[in-house]
Amino acid sequence: MYSLIVFLPLVGFLIAGAISLWGARTTIPAPAGGAHGHHGHDHAVHAHAAHDEHAHASHAHDDHAHDDHAHGGHDDHHAVEPAAPASRPAELITTGLLIVSCLLSWVAFLTVGFGETEAFRVPVAEWMTSGSLVVDWSFRIDTLTVMMLIVVTTVSSLVHVYSIGYMHEDPARPRFFAYLSLFTFAMLMLVTSDNLVQMFFGWEGVGLASYLLIGFWYKKPSASAAAIKAFVVNRVGDFGFALGIFGVFYLFGSVGLDAIFANTEAVAERTMTFLGAEWHALEIVTFLLFIGAMGKSAQFLLHTWLPDAMEGPTPVSALIHAATMVTAGVFMVARLSPLFEQAHGTLTFITFIGATTAFFAATVGLVQNDIKRVIAYSTCSQLGYMFVALGVGAYGAGVFHLFTHAFFKALLFLGAGSVIHAMHHEQDMRMMGGLRSKIPLTYWTMVIGTLAITGVGIPLTHIGFAGFLSKDAIIESAYAGHNGFAGYAFMLTLIAAAMTSFYSWRLIFLTFFGTSRADRHTFEHAHESPRVMLIPLALLSVGAVLAGMVFYEAFVGEAQAEFWKGSLFYGPENHILHDMHEVPAWVKASPFFAMLLGLGVAYWFYIADPEQPKRLAARHDALYQFLLNKWYFDELYDILFVRSAKALGRFFWKAGDGMVIDGLGPNGVAARVQDVSARVVRLQTGYVYHYAFAMLIGVAALITWAMFAGGIN
Amino acid sequence: MGGLPLLSLVTFLPLAGVLFILLVRAQDEAAVMNIRRVALITTLFTFVLSLFILGVYDPSNPGFQLVEESAWMGGFFAYRMGVDGISVLFVLLTTFLMPFCILASWHAVEHRVKEYMIAFLVLETLMIGVFCALDLVLFYVFFEGGLIPMFLIIGVWGGKRRVYASYKFFLYTLLGSVLMLLAMMAMYWHAGTTDIVRLLETDFPAGMQTWLWLAFFASFAVKMPMWPVHTWLPDAHVEAPTAGSVILAGILLKMGGYGFLRFSVPMFPLASADFAPLVFTLSAVAIVYTSLVALMQEDIKKLIAYSSVAHMGYVTMGIFTMNVQGIQGAIFQMISHGFVSGALFLCVGVVYDRMHTRDIDAYGGLVNRMPVYAFAFLVFTMANVGLPGTSGFVGEFLTLLGAFQVNTWVAFFATTGVILSAAYALWLFRRVVWGTLSKASLQGIMDVDRREIAILAPLVILTIYFGVYPVPILDACAASVEALVRNYQAAIEAASQTAALAPSALAH
Repeated sequence: MYSLIVFLPLVGFLIAGAISLWGARTTIPAPAGGAHGHHGHDHAVHAHAAHDEHAHASHAHDDHAHDDHAHGGHDDHHAVEPAAPASRPAELITTGLLIVSCLLSWVAFLTVGFGETEAFRVPVAEWMTSGSLVVDWSFRIDTLTVMMLIVVTTVSSLVHVYSIGYMHEDPARPRFFAYLSLFTFAMLMLVTSDNLVQMFFGWEGVGLASYLLIGFWYKKPSASAAAIKAFVVNRVGDFGFALGIFGVFYLFGSVGLDAIFANTEAVAERTMTFLGAEWHALEIVTFLLFIGAMGKSAQFLLHTWLPDAMEGPTPVSALIHAATMVTAGVFMVARLSPLFEQAHGTLTFITFIGATTAFFAATVGLVQNDIKRVIAYSTCSQLGYMFVALGVGAYGAGVFHLFTHAFFKALLFLGAGSVIHAMHHEQDMRMMGGLRSKIPLTYWTMVIGTLAITGVGIPLTHIGFAGFLSKDAIIESAYAGHNGFAGYAFMLTLIAAAMTSFYSWRLIFLTFFGTSRADRHTFEHAHESPRVMLIPLALLSVGAVLAGMVFYEAFVGEAQAEFWKGSLFYGPENHILHDMHEVPAWVKASPFFAMLLGLGVAYWFYIADPEQPKRLAARHDALYQFLLNKWYFDELYDILFVRSAKALGRFFWKAGDGMVIDGLGPNGVAARVQDVSARVVRLQTGYVYHYAFAMLIGVAALITWAMFAGGIN
Repeated sequence: MGGLPLLSLVTFLPLAGVLFILLVRAQDEAAVMNIRRVALITTLFTFVLSLFILGVYDPSNPGFQLVEESAWMGGFFAYRMGVDGISVLFVLLTTFLMPFCILASWHAVEHRVKEYMIAFLVLETLMIGVFCALDLVLFYVFFEGGLIPMFLIIGVWGGKRRVYASYKFFLYTLLGSVLMLLAMMAMYWHAGTTDIVRLLETDFPAGMQTWLWLAFFASFAVKMPMWPVHTWLPDAHVEAPTAGSVILAGILLKMGGYGFLRFSVPMFPLASADFAPLVFTLSAVAIVYTSLVALMQEDIKKLIAYSSVAHMGYVTMGIFTMNVQGIQGAIFQMISHGFVSGALFLCVGVVYDRMHTRDIDAYGGLVNRMPVYAFAFLVFTMANVGLPGTSGFVGEFLTLLGAFQVNTWVAFFATTGVILSAAYALWLFRRVVWGTLSKASLQGIMDVDRREIAILAPLVILTIYFGVYPVPILDACAASVEALVRNYQAAIEAASQTAALAPSALAH
């Protein structure tokens, strides 16, 4: 069953990928000069051009032409390019397989999470063996895995369904669905991994899929730039992750999770030398691993790729850059909790980074105008919350927020996608407004998502939307935490909670309330999305309302030990889950009031007195620009890394290779041979014979030498 | 060993093809086509025959197998052939890549086709010979002889600056080979034999090892090529025809790594231990330095050439970690790089054949008209970047893992290569493949044809297959590598004991 869950998406990828490749090959546009290039504004011309082009390109493929008319013909009046052949089968196959995978995951979740099953291992195949290093393809099935399975497959299958509607005008749908399924497969390999190398496989696999999906519209320069940025910044994290794996192998002599967990006590006191300094072994190894988590989860300093990743189609943002891939870092730390639990220094650092990210991203989110970027910064900020929980040792709380966040953040993104869809690909909230009546269902689902993310609930009870339970649990655990940055984290997460509420409601007010700021044509043509997009929204809304209340007990409450069954590890001195329930009432209630404050300010700024934000921005222009430009990280990194790497590369090339090495070496010698290029003839007659001659002399000399020397011997 | 002299058959079979080609006297198109066919069939047949080696070869035996020996030159040196786990893979890599080279030259080479094919077939014999030779003299002849056809391939069928490139190639290698020849003489003088098997059992005095190691290093480092003697490679690649680049990157570069594994490490273990820090430094510098240089290249082939130097940095680093992971990783990296970089050069050849330029700026948006090409190029780019699931990952990972156990500084700097390789490879991919197809010259470009699919498809499959299941390669070399590491450690221990007991006594 577990093999099916993981490999069905792979099958979907292979089928859709083959369809896409075959389709792309059979519909290569004819050389320009024909129909290509004169795209008018009249739809009829489009359709005509598309048909011409199509017929011209595929005159040799009659069977295919039929196919296209049968399946893709219905949206020809929209299409600039004809839809890829067999788009519909590709969509249905990938989506269908994922739904099966999703259903099986829920079965697995219920049997493992709420049953008696101990953690077990499903071997698949050998991967590599070298000396004492043994790496196998295998699945580790425990509660943490099955929890991640349902998150990944549920969101992924809903996004697949949603994309059928959202992408229906796109000519390259088979490729899109192939990438989505590839991503899902890689993510499932990541969460089921039984050793660090397979985790790394999934880790980089999702990176590849993310790269391909961000760059899905490869004709847009901004999209391909964002794709590279995402991959390379992630690679900076992977650099740390890889070193961490090497360190683990150095310490434990194995990369298998069982072998590592069994020996953490034994190496807890060891030290190791890294870069010439002596370190507490587990501190440095976990620190390196955490660098990987920072990259993938877009934490402070390595966050710059996430907002740019919004260049990808919106369903991708929902799946990869909100619900699943970016939480891989959180998953990794939780998975390796037996290691991190022995490394208090690293945990303190994690708390610091998490809190800083939560705060930093929230401040930037306050002023962004692109609807997707607001949600992207919100994602970044919420990931920071999760790391705060992990940092203070409340692994359950961190994972709980991961779980609930997946639902409401996917909901918000898909809702935003529905808005963008309605507004004909307008993403700037300054061009929206008043959409409440136009797209009521989208409006209501997004309000549910906002209620969830801002943490609406009844204080001092366990009744509320998903975020109310999970985020408040984190803030409480930060208060109860003992490490050096726990107090810092409590303050920042509390402030960030107010800001979260502000920017989330700001989004709702700017988009759905007031009067429309769009041009009349766009506004009047704004239309509710088709059912295939609304059903995923509805299902995610259910999750956003209920996920917190239903699973609170199991994840962080009384029932947590028998739910997790040891898949999250708490050291003997770690009583954080108990302590966090004992915090004073004002601490428990404080996030609620922070939320109210944010809501109130947002209401004041965007409903009661819409001129107020402009005045404020004008008065504090420097601060406003600082936030709007994302604390100038992109500019800073451009100077520090991008430009300097290029300058260094050019310097090494021209000065190092060109002047020093070649100048002193071959060219210096060559300079004596005047006008080399005029001696082409000598090449074929002269040099080769010289060379052959030199070699023969060499052999002769060797033999002569050997005979004499051998004789003496 | 009785039976068929399989290794000799594989080695010299290409020469039979040369004979056939020489028989073709006519100059017309049909004759030229026949020459191409003969060359292709010969290389295919050689490949099939080399698979029999794999059938006979016993991976659990760490020693030399399929040994052939016949006295020659009055017992001074003999014709000795044999393979072990380290060399057998390279023999197969060579025979595997040759048919691709012939196919890649099908239309690209139009003049002097006969001589071209002869050069390639002779080159094949010499390259296989290098990996099979078990005698110093034989090895030297094959090793140095291989340069002549390569030299001609660049110099005659190369690009505009082919004279400069081949001249540079010549200067560099000459220096190395002279020193190696001197070292070989000294070895014979000391051990009284040119038999590699017996030389492997010989303990050279520590002082002598240093000089021998350095002399061999001069030759192998140039071949590899290691920083800072790498500058001949980008020029040679740029000027060489596509198939020449494939052979250069795929096999000739591996001779350096093979040389280290066959001579430097097992024969001069003490010197290897002493010089390991030097090799580590040069390797780490190579990885960072050439990756940065690759980033700024404007010529596709030059970019891939620089990336090859960086990848060879992992190989030298892995070899001198002297642990199983490092050395197996190095061997795997060489094999994988053999077909991945070969495939990348073939990909460049595909567009070069159409546009006759290698300038990155001349391309852009190829995916719009060449989707299948874009897919293949993506797979090889990802393998070059070392993405897990492609063969490029396994070697890189194992060498770095091995290096970390020995020296974290090296591992640290070498691992930055994973960031830099992503930067230059993806930037290249973006500039060539992604974007809109706006350049007028590209509007009519055609996607890969059947011949090109036949070239690229097997390489795509292998890249992914060995990424997911590298076991066949790792198993084939496991026993030999373990023996190598064991012997090395024994030698180091013996030396330290001897040093402790009697400082002046020379072992053996």
